[in-house]
Amino acid sequence: MSFLPQVLFIAILAVAGVILARRIKFLRRNIMLGKGETRNDQPNERWKTMMLVAFGQQKMFKRFLPAFLHLLIYVGFVVINLEVLEFILDGLLGTHRLFAPILGSVYTVAMNMFEFLAVAVLLACVVFLTRRNVSKVERFTKPEMKGWPTMDANLILVIEIILMMAILTMNATDQILANRGDEHYVALGTLFFSSLIQPLFEGFSNGTLVVIERFAWWFHIVGILAFAVYVTYSKHLHIFLAFPNTWYSNLKPKGEMVNMPEVTNEVNMMLGIPTENASEPPAEIPRFGAKDINDLTWVNVMNAYSCTECGRCTSECPANLTGKKLSPRKIMMDVRDRAEEVGKSLDSGGPRLEDGKSLLGDYITKEELNACTSCNACVEACPVNIDPLSIILNMRRYVAMEESGTPAQWNAMFQNMETSFSPWKFSPQDRFNWAEKVKEEELK
Amino acid sequence: MSTYQVPTMAEMASKGETPEVLFWVGCAGSFDDRYKAVTQAFVKILNKVGVSFAVLGPEEACTGDPARRSGNEFLFQMQAVANIQVMNGYKVKKVVTACPHCFNTIKNEYPALGGNYEVIHHSQFLQQLINEGKVALKGGGDFKGKKITFHDSCYLGRANDVYEAPREVIKALDVELVEMKRCRTKGLCCGAGGAQMFKEPEPGKKDINIERTEEALATGANAIAVGCPFCLTMMTDGVKNKEKEEDVKVFDLAEMIAKDMGI
Repeated sequence: MSFLPQVLFIAILAVAGVILARRIKFLRRNIMLGKGETRNDQPNERWKTMMLVAFGQQKMFKRFLPAFLHLLIYVGFVVINLEVLEFILDGLLGTHRLFAPILGSVYTVAMNMFEFLAVAVLLACVVFLTRRNVSKVERFTKPEMKGWPTMDANLILVIEIILMMAILTMNATDQILANRGDEHYVALGTLFFSSLIQPLFEGFSNGTLVVIERFAWWFHIVGILAFAVYVTYSKHLHIFLAFPNTWYSNLKPKGEMVNMPEVTNEVNMMLGIPTENASEPPAEIPRFGAKDINDLTWVNVMNAYSCTECGRCTSECPANLTGKKLSPRKIMMDVRDRAEEVGKSLDSGGPRLEDGKSLLGDYITKEELNACTSCNACVEACPVNIDPLSIILNMRRYVAMEESGTPAQWNAMFQNMETSFSPWKFSPQDRFNWAEKVKEEELK
Repeated sequence: MSTYQVPTMAEMASKGETPEVLFWVGCAGSFDDRYKAVTQAFVKILNKVGVSFAVLGPEEACTGDPARRSGNEFLFQMQAVANIQVMNGYKVKKVVTACPHCFNTIKNEYPALGGNYEVIHHSQFLQQLINEGKVALKGGGDFKGKKITFHDSCYLGRANDVYEAPREVIKALDVELVEMKRCRTKGLCCGAGGAQMFKEPEPGKKDINIERTEEALATGANAIAVGCPFCLTMMTDGVKNKEKEEDVKVFDLAEMIAKDMGI
């Protein structure tokens, strides 16, 4: 027997491994372009959040139909990958259905389950393609989805359909050969779903069937490896990043904005309040707020890479619903695009962050930032706990404190607050006037 | 004749007393003509029930929430640090406020600047009073049997996960509580949060408060209940825009309770 297929398989596996390792390094470095932030507190709560939200798909089920279909694909992905283990071992050892003799009838049950899931995944993908391209669900047709994002989504669904068809084709031809008595193939009893397409292949000779079966096998395993590489270029990264992303969720109340201690020091000095570390002058004057990718935290950038552009955030955003430019999904896509741009520039020895561009202005406009009501609907809607609001508010800080670029009406509000300690222009002496009337009323 | 009392922290301190709770009135509660009625209603309830409370009066200043949310961290912290100095000076332990923005800021954001208090929203405070039987509701008042819808304010709901307290307060009035299509975690903002209250909206197809008002009117409710001064303004404007102000009123929870108590 020739070792050629095994050598070829090992070579393909090695190439895929090297490419994947390089891609993971690239993504990791890009995420770390963000500023340091420690989020290791409450580990039990973090594991629980990850198990419920990522593993258990809890937030997906706010919308039942897409959640159910997504669950089929998710379970299919996880379970069918068990079969990939056998594929890899078969490929390395030159065996065929390595586990079949070991597991006996359990193997047949497992194969039937895989086939059921393959069909379920296939159907779910068809419905998803229909939702995107025929019934055109609104959140998939927003302006930020034009071009590559729509193509990316459709490609993923089509690739998954083709991969599932490869499994069914492989099983169908495999079992025809086994039933014809080809000694290399193992009869497994009935494989329900693939037996339905067996009539398509009955007319072929054994030789042709072997070619089809082998082609389907190679196509499936090489397809999965290629898909794994593709995922690192795609919005589909959520299948891995959803887990760390939910582990590093913000566990504080959603309404809380992170304090800026560097401002507190200055405020205390101005008000003559002694501060604990006032004696240490800051090494360099930090930039207030966020202008570019490196002003955000690494969690913000990981959020961006975890986003699968489902648009639930945008479809709940009051600003977007009423026709404003702001789309929380676009904020996340912009952060990722900028991280990719800077990352590629770093690798090619380009100008890196000093390319004359920045997240603010070249990707995200002030009009978008100014439209946010900070209502947290986007944060609540995200099935993997992405937080677009913290990015928006941090960029507003840059606009206000570094550029003095806030809208005129906000500047007037600032002035009122500075002079009369209220956002409206009232005299502070009148603050207690409301009590006069009630103090005269008889207590009943 | 005994009248309603509104003691200030300064007055109480001069007598060597400390109230159980500081009622944080907020800027809208102090200056906005419509929301002053809410402040007065809440103060009347506190008097009636005999809660030991005081206000800061002229010593209160904006919490800084709109400054922080529009990016001006310096101004926010100036306000916050000054307020914390005043409150810590009076050894404040517990704060109640009728504004979810003040509630969120004092509860979640003042601790990082040295202000640690137990902070509750007036909907939670009212719910406690009702549960303890301290507020005797007649139940046969203006609202009996009426359809009321509650508009979740973002800074109470999603920001701090308070959804049930305001609903419990409304249900205590023997009314029919009807929910809008988007409610609780999915509640739609009135459009005023994040300092939007203080500027014109960005260009778009529609104002957010109109969208929300349409949703509230679609329930067929006779009244819209809110627990936030900004929501009160936005929903009232929305109802006016739809020319429904004769049929559908917008109330704060404290007003509804005070009305039912006949005060």
